[in-house]
Amino acid sequence: MGLFVAQLLTGLANAAALFLVASGLSLIFGVTRIVNFAHGSLYMLGAYFGVTLMNTLPGVFGFWTSILLSGLIVGVIGIAIEVCVLRPVYRAPELFQLVATFGVILVIQDLTLMVWGAEDRLGPRAPGLKSVVRILGEPVPQYDLALIAITPFILLALWWLIARTRVGVLVRAATQDREMVGALGVNQSWLFTGVFFLGSALAGLGGALQLPKGGADLLMDLNIISAVFVVVVIGGMGSIPGAFVASVLISVLNVFGVSYIPQSTLVLMYVVMAVVLLIRPYGLFGREEKAGEHGQVGEPDRPIRPAGTKGRLFVAALIAALALVPLVGENFTQVLITDIVIFCLFAASLQFMLSTGGLVSFGHAAYFGGGAYAAALLVTYADTPMELAFLFAPLAAGLLALIFGWFCIRLSGVYFAMLTLAFSQLVWSLVFQWYDVTGGDDGLVNIWPAEWLSGTTAYYYFTLIVGVGGIILLRQLAHAPFGYTLRATRDSARQAEATGINVKLVQWSAFAMAGAMAGLAGGLFVFSKGSIFPNELEIGKSFDALIVVFLGGVKTLSGGVVGAAFMESAKDWLTRLEYWRLILGLLIIGVVIIAPDGIVGTLRRVGERIGLLRTQEFMR
Amino acid sequence: MTAVLKVENLVKTFGGIKAVNGVSFEVAPGELKALIGPNGAGKSTCFNMLMGQLPASSGQVFLNGENITGRPPRDIWRRGVGRTFQITGTYQSMTVAENVQMALMSHHRRLFSVFSYAYKLYREEALSLLEIVGMADQADRACAVLAYGDLKRLELAIALANAPTLLLMDEPTAGMAPKERIRLMQLTADIVQERGVSVLFTEHDMDVVFAHAHHIMVLNRGELIADGTAAEVRNNAHVQEVYLGGGTLFGQENTGA
Repeated sequence: MGLFVAQLLTGLANAAALFLVASGLSLIFGVTRIVNFAHGSLYMLGAYFGVTLMNTLPGVFGFWTSILLSGLIVGVIGIAIEVCVLRPVYRAPELFQLVATFGVILVIQDLTLMVWGAEDRLGPRAPGLKSVVRILGEPVPQYDLALIAITPFILLALWWLIARTRVGVLVRAATQDREMVGALGVNQSWLFTGVFFLGSALAGLGGALQLPKGGADLLMDLNIISAVFVVVVIGGMGSIPGAFVASVLISVLNVFGVSYIPQSTLVLMYVVMAVVLLIRPYGLFGREEKAGEHGQVGEPDRPIRPAGTKGRLFVAALIAALALVPLVGENFTQVLITDIVIFCLFAASLQFMLSTGGLVSFGHAAYFGGGAYAAALLVTYADTPMELAFLFAPLAAGLLALIFGWFCIRLSGVYFAMLTLAFSQLVWSLVFQWYDVTGGDDGLVNIWPAEWLSGTTAYYYFTLIVGVGGIILLRQLAHAPFGYTLRATRDSARQAEATGINVKLVQWSAFAMAGAMAGLAGGLFVFSKGSIFPNELEIGKSFDALIVVFLGGVKTLSGGVVGAAFMESAKDWLTRLEYWRLILGLLIIGVVIIAPDGIVGTLRRVGERIGLLRTQEFMR
Repeated sequence: MTAVLKVENLVKTFGGIKAVNGVSFEVAPGELKALIGPNGAGKSTCFNMLMGQLPASSGQVFLNGENITGRPPRDIWRRGVGRTFQITGTYQSMTVAENVQMALMSHHRRLFSVFSYAYKLYREEALSLLEIVGMADQADRACAVLAYGDLKRLELAIALANAPTLLLMDEPTAGMAPKERIRLMQLTADIVQERGVSVLFTEHDMDVVFAHAHHIMVLNRGELIADGTAAEVRNNAHVQEVYLGGGTLFGQENTGA
């Protein structure tokens, strides 16, 4: 009994920081409709500022002042982010905002590294609250009790702010109908900036407040962000009480999970999220989100046509050049191009569902890694010949996508994206924690191709044929009636449904198709490396694909492939620089704001303007 | 001759409010019929139930004698009901012709085809449909660069793609200039005459309604208060009260004035 109570208290104490960060994120989403992926970075900054301030200011007074100051400073940083990065993209689709905030994550990571260095910082213990209290014979840290006591006050203060003040009225009104609030003469920019300040400050407070229990390190931004998303989605996006209830739920669940089923703590969190979303698609306290709120950025999507003779000749020449590489290039070049082709196929599979289908998936890595792991497991446990295991990769990934897709397509917009993320995290945590089967962090090794493909050059040709074949197949799909039907469901689901198209069935098929093709890329990947590790299933991998599709151009057919080729080649020399994340982050933010059409879209536009390309006849 | 569309005792309640209250009517083959009424009378609710976008609380809808109540929109379309929307729903990333081709692909059940080029499929058929609505000269323009009136005409061509027996048009001329309105309704009347299609439409512009509709139904507060020819409806005292008396109908009745 004593242990049970002690664990419950630990869970409640852990909920404090989680709630602060989650309520900030929820508040920002509620008003601005921006899913701020950089919120974990603000939390991390709060922790670092906290450590520095606490080491400067002495005593009890210094400790608590440091926490408040950290919150304030991070709030001001939040304002800077809002004004510089997000203002230009408020009217853009979710994807643009997501990518912009992801750029912010990269920038903050490197700036933190510059200022505070790579070493982990230990959080100072709270003066006056350093010992433990015995409750039913179990030791409970005093600081935990303090946190448990503080959290309800913060909830109450937030509730009072939202429910009882004029600012709160505006925030609530904006949560329901932004345009109306603007039409009534409220300065939206100031409201958004204010909310961003408050939300960021809460994240900073959370970071500083957890210092005595944790510390500050460079991984804490991404570590907390997935938990925060789970909390916000379970509680309902935009709901403060929801964030509180879900924080407590997840924290307590985690503490008990660690002691009773230590193998599945991570899985548990995502299972809870998936279950909640299935029963209440908009979270426990959330309201239904109307789809299609976001306008288009720049000019609308253009009609598509298969490439003309010139285009085909160009592609043929490119493929011929690639086929000649082994005759002149070194081993290293072949390996690099193998990687590029695999990544291009992965990105093309995402682009198919994202651009053609308008289905923005935040968890596409699940199918890439899923396919790779399926093949690797077969080889490891069933001694399956490589050829068979390789074929199994797209099949398994397609099947996985069929299952997950069935749940996901019932939602739309941000909630669709969140559920895809939850499912991919589910797969990741399963692989990560099921050590006996998947090898956990150690991954699966010795997954080599068959004899006849074992040389670098042989596998190079194999990848070239399968990879380019897959990309061409996806392109053909886009031009085929199936691709047109998919585009129809994206452009106007209402008209599609009224002209005999089963919208959900079409979206489901596209989801499965994209998953299978990602699995094919995963199959190529695992046999080229000879091993597979859980990081191929991480959020970061899904983001990589999103970012290259975006860099290449969302509103084009070849954007994913071009973006992936560009990124994979650039990465090779970029990662040699010390602060490459900073450069990449700034590049991403720059593209979002200045050239939202991406590489292909911008080239096309510039080409038309200077007369190199003819404007397509249907745009006149 | 059996009715193309037969509606029996259709009811829709939202909470305690009866938005549509026991509406029954028929649409005969080759008939151009208007459904009019003040704002909030229940016209759009009625339409959405006919097309399957909204489930009816009670009552039944028959299409050519077959009960279609509660079927999804795509199913009703397959049985020969075309629809145009109050706010146009077209595929912005396709050309004008491709918008019609899309409906034709659906009609010929080629939606899941993988090995052909969609832009080539049923192009001739699409062009002849565009010819009917006078959009053939713009067939290869992107839908996104069209004027609003042209979008409305395009939607009509899409709705004709599966050779419907019944067309449901929700405020077909809303948002159009007066001249365009007359042209579009004349076009609709021609289609009714040439193809034998029945049309049921809602409309706020009384000039359009009285000039073209064979029969007019008047809906008020969820109830059908008149159903007859233009002259009959025009001289109906109840209708005059609704349109001229400012809709304070119940108050007057209750006080016995």
